[in-house]
Amino acid sequence: MNRLLQVFVLSLLAACSAAPPKGGINDPYEGLNRRVHALNKAVDQAVLRPLGRTASGAPDGSLQPVVNFSNNAGLPGTVVNNLLQGNIDGAARNTLRFVVNTTVGVLGLADPAGAIGLREVETDFGATLAVWGVPEGAYLELPGFGPSTERDAAGRVVDFVIDPLDRLDGVAESVRELSFPAKVAEQVVERGQFGSTFDEILYDSADSYAQARLIYLQNRRYELGEAPSAADEDYYFNPYEDQQ
Amino acid sequence: MTVSITRRALLGHGAALALVIGAAPRAMAQDLATSRALVDRLVAEVNAVIASGAAENAMIGQFAQIFQAYADAPTIARYSLGADARAATPDQLARYTQAFSNYVARKYGSRFREFIGGDIVVEDARAVPNGVEVQTTAVFVNEAPFRVDFWVSTATGSPKFFNIIIEGVNMLLSERTEVQAMLDQRGGDLERLIADLSRM
Repeated sequence: MNRLLQVFVLSLLAACSAAPPKGGINDPYEGLNRRVHALNKAVDQAVLRPLGRTASGAPDGSLQPVVNFSNNAGLPGTVVNNLLQGNIDGAARNTLRFVVNTTVGVLGLADPAGAIGLREVETDFGATLAVWGVPEGAYLELPGFGPSTERDAAGRVVDFVIDPLDRLDGVAESVRELSFPAKVAEQVVERGQFGSTFDEILYDSADSYAQARLIYLQNRRYELGEAPSAADEDYYFNPYEDQQ
Repeated sequence: MTVSITRRALLGHGAALALVIGAAPRAMAQDLATSRALVDRLVAEVNAVIASGAAENAMIGQFAQIFQAYADAPTIARYSLGADARAATPDQLARYTQAFSNYVARKYGSRFREFIGGDIVVEDARAVPNGVEVQTTAVFVNEAPFRVDFWVSTATGSPKFFNIIIEGVNMLLSERTEVQAMLDQRGGDLERLIADLSRM
């Protein structure tokens, strides 16, 4: 990892050490985040949304190979995180999935592993940091990537740097070289696929920044198993309390 | 004398406490059962509409009716107003509830198309501090199965759900955020909000 990235990741992680209010929103950079949000929205409107529309007009399933390819190329990085989290079963599943889909599935274009029930055990380095006990840190909206947190932003940088795909000599060169463009294409396909959900949040809500922030934080905490416990009275607020 | 009063009082307290402790688990078990039964009926109706293959507009209408029957619309609407609910007159609250219900039916109704070919399965129910959480799994075409929780309360006398949580995302909080932003845009004018929501 080069020096500059090290400094960046470490400063993000240091910032995480301040624990956020439980179940709440910790957004000290709101002013800057809102400007980034406006930028992301403008880019979506000008580029991603129209491309997504075009992609969703393609015949059903015709773009699935692109998504499969991109997901498959991401598996080695996922396996590293499975291992860092001590999830041996997940690492084994993802490794087997990668081997089957890269060979039988023709460089990952098809998903025969999924067809036999061997699904991806999804994770990333942000999740690894969570398992290691690093607090979530402040909310961040990243240019181009959208909603995140200090912990997840650090995770993205580390995932990019530790991705073992480039060092897997046994894998066809095309898989390595096309993994980045495939990732970009996957974003476009998904923008088309979940178009109405994105549109609703970005263009139909009164405060799209606040909606995106709320939805991201709650869903991410749920994913990471950081959702409030059944005894948490702040989360399980009682809307009947102030009614007479 | 004082001693015996104290003793009797203590005994009385003890009896009351025993009553509470004895009754609590039973009430809770009953709440769990009625809440789960509510969501069972709700899910059966939703699944029946999905399976009917009716036209999209007809489906939206049917979903709106199901929402009216099973959701505690006044509580949801009131919560979405936040602190402003306390300043509102009962008449304003009633009209706001109506406008808010229409807005919710239209907003979510337009999404029900994605349900076609899908199915919802009730999984479990557990007691939480504000009522009962009934957990379900939604299985839709071309999507990985996802979790949908209903928060059910019997506080109004009959069981109704007052919140839906989809993969951790809380509808009540989401709508409260939305309504607060809409109110801010209208300088806190509830009458303007009611008028605009009715038109939306």
